[in-house]
Amino acid sequence: MNFKHKFVFLFPGLFVLIGILIFPIIFTIRLSLSGWNSYTPEMNFIGITNYIRLFTDDPRFWESFFRLSFLSVTTVILQYVIGFALAMMVWREIKFKRFFRVIFLVPMMTTPVIMTVIWRTFFHESLGPVNDLLGGFGVKPILWLSDPVIAKFTVIIVEVWQWTPFMFLLLLAGLLSLPKEPFLAAAIDGASPFRKFVYVTFPLMAPISIGAIIIRLIEASKIMDTVFVLTSGGPGTATETSSFYIYIKGLREFQMGYAATLSFTYLVIMIISLTIIAKVLTKLMIKE
Amino acid sequence: MKTIKTCVTALISALLVFSPVAYADKWSDQFPHIKATGDIPGDCSYESMSKKNYKGKTLKINTHAVPVMGEPTALHAEQFAKLTGAKVDVTHTPAGDLYAKAMVPFQAGQAPYDIVFGFSNFINDWRRYLEPVPKKYVEMKQMKDVTPSHIGVASWDGVMYQFPVDGDRHYLKYRKDVIDNPEYQKQYKEATGKELRVPQTWKEYGEMAAYFNNWDWDGDGEKEYGSAEVMKKDDLMYAAFYSRSAAYSKNPKTPGGFFFDLETMKPLINNPGFVEALTDWVEATKYVPPGGINFGLGDEIGSFGGGQTLFSFSWDDAFVAAMQPDSPINNKVGAAQLPGAMKVWNRKTNSWDEGFNQAPFFVWGWAVGVAKKSKEKEMAFDYLCFFANEANHQADIGIGRFGVNPFRNDDFKVDVWTQIGWDKDIAQSYVDTLAQMEQSKNRVFPLRVPGTFEFNAALATAAAKALAGQLSPQAALDEAAKQWEDILNRVGKDNVRKAYAVGVAMEDNKQ
Repeated sequence: MNFKHKFVFLFPGLFVLIGILIFPIIFTIRLSLSGWNSYTPEMNFIGITNYIRLFTDDPRFWESFFRLSFLSVTTVILQYVIGFALAMMVWREIKFKRFFRVIFLVPMMTTPVIMTVIWRTFFHESLGPVNDLLGGFGVKPILWLSDPVIAKFTVIIVEVWQWTPFMFLLLLAGLLSLPKEPFLAAAIDGASPFRKFVYVTFPLMAPISIGAIIIRLIEASKIMDTVFVLTSGGPGTATETSSFYIYIKGLREFQMGYAATLSFTYLVIMIISLTIIAKVLTKLMIKE
Repeated sequence: MKTIKTCVTALISALLVFSPVAYADKWSDQFPHIKATGDIPGDCSYESMSKKNYKGKTLKINTHAVPVMGEPTALHAEQFAKLTGAKVDVTHTPAGDLYAKAMVPFQAGQAPYDIVFGFSNFINDWRRYLEPVPKKYVEMKQMKDVTPSHIGVASWDGVMYQFPVDGDRHYLKYRKDVIDNPEYQKQYKEATGKELRVPQTWKEYGEMAAYFNNWDWDGDGEKEYGSAEVMKKDDLMYAAFYSRSAAYSKNPKTPGGFFFDLETMKPLINNPGFVEALTDWVEATKYVPPGGINFGLGDEIGSFGGGQTLFSFSWDDAFVAAMQPDSPINNKVGAAQLPGAMKVWNRKTNSWDEGFNQAPFFVWGWAVGVAKKSKEKEMAFDYLCFFANEANHQADIGIGRFGVNPFRNDDFKVDVWTQIGWDKDIAQSYVDTLAQMEQSKNRVFPLRVPGTFEFNAALATAAAKALAGQLSPQAALDEAAKQWEDILNRVGKDNVRKAYAVGVAMEDNKQ
């Protein structure tokens, strides 16, 4: 095969890559160097003014970023623990195994926005059934959506409910693909279930666990629909995340240039931090 | 005898064909929406539209989600299509995305929609992309009846860009059956030493709301609360805050700006008047229903309209919804101007002026325009004219969920409301409230300057932080004022001043 033939096979993929990845990134970078907004609708060039504004005069973005970090790390840890437990449960020979496998996947198959609307109705402080139910046990109404601290945990509950099935699915697939020999060896040695889990199952599952955690972290770091529908970032800015803040700047306030700056900066931070997280997880979970 | 019979038949037929009553019957049979009035003759009546032929043409409309404004848009689109033969495509968009959905194609030089719905405070950003309303429509009879305030809201520097389809203002809604109840009046007097009456000031509003909070005062077995308000950030809460601020900050002795000092363009939103209003509002979080701090407009309408609270203030929708026959508080509500204050901040003397002050807020309402790049401008204006014709308008304003509110002088007649089942005294209080606001010389109009969204969003975020207890009222408004300074620097003080002067002229009764 000569040099030209190689390019014939390479070009279609390259064109798609340029079209859907490279061009949008380059366009976003260019847009971030402009002052495009509702009153200056043009791709003018203002240098790094937007970046200076972001790094010197926009604490709200950084607050939303740290809030996002807290929300995404907490939700993913909970999803991993619960997802792993559920996967372990249906991995074993239990009654109605198939039924449970399907039931555990249902939340993931529902539409996030619609489910969040339903959750919002559940958690409605004066009309929702959750406080009604708790009231039956003498518990005072809980401010699920209007207390700055509790609202964060409400977001976490909804996210965990919605996305634990995804973690469950990946981990169950991992468990089903594990070789049988190490478990047989552990059984012959008389290892307890706990030791079997700690010394056999968990280490064998480490590579797929890291993959699942990273995939969920990437997804969780884009958390937007849940916040948008459930709390609109409130009360105050208590549940505002980076993506929601970028949405407000870009599509509510129409500060396109500045929103591009936020998006690009956010992308860079996410690439760096997720790379570091993946390396740390690999070091912690996979022992040579 | 036969000749007489023929003559009588011919006469009756002629009467049926040519009398307006005949038109009313003819069109209301086909379009039950207008059954109360029938067609009302005019340039854009059902009869007039039926003579237009737009067969083979398509009209594209972007409007709000159903029901508020989205439902009447779709209904009148269907009627318009039947009458003219046009094909009308209606797209429904959530309120928060209406601006961007039109603005993105506008800035790209495209016109995916012939007609775009939005809010009246979009006018400054949108006007360069909108076709001015042609003279023939501006001079129509139905337009002559629009109140000067709403002509002003739809126009910029004397040019009308938005076709008036809705009129909006914030006013107070209260439970008449409680406030007028002699038993409660006595009880309140004994407990507080004060009169139970329609609150004249925000302080009175707060005292009464706090008293009637968290107990079952209407005997339905459920707890009721003091007030339902739009407190959710990014859900129009800035408008609620301006309503609460007007009495403390709009001083008739200091013309030249409510939001900024027009001369210096210094933001005024952190002056003691606004801080006092925000302090009151933080206090209000104690007498709203559980979760009230997260109430958007829909929640507020549902809460007050469902009989959950004593007070509410915002647009007409909650009041009209409460007055519909299926409402649990039908004919148990009253309307009044927004409460005032016993002091108002004077920015010239840097001190409070003592004495009663009241300032109606003509908050933005639904607005609609025709894209300059539309290829179907004539059909688009005909549709809007038909949307707002007398028969449709009278039917629309009586349906709370439609979001179409009074903006014509005829709407301020008691009969219009008693015909749809309102008690006469309630109808009277309603039209009196609206008329008094129209006649006021101390009005506040919405901010309509370049970057309006940025200013309002900065204010809303700061106010939301105060309501959530993240910042004190003063610190929150100082933060907002600082952000307003930054926005001014980005947009350019002179650009903002030039646009702001148009609104200030209206507020100072110079236009």
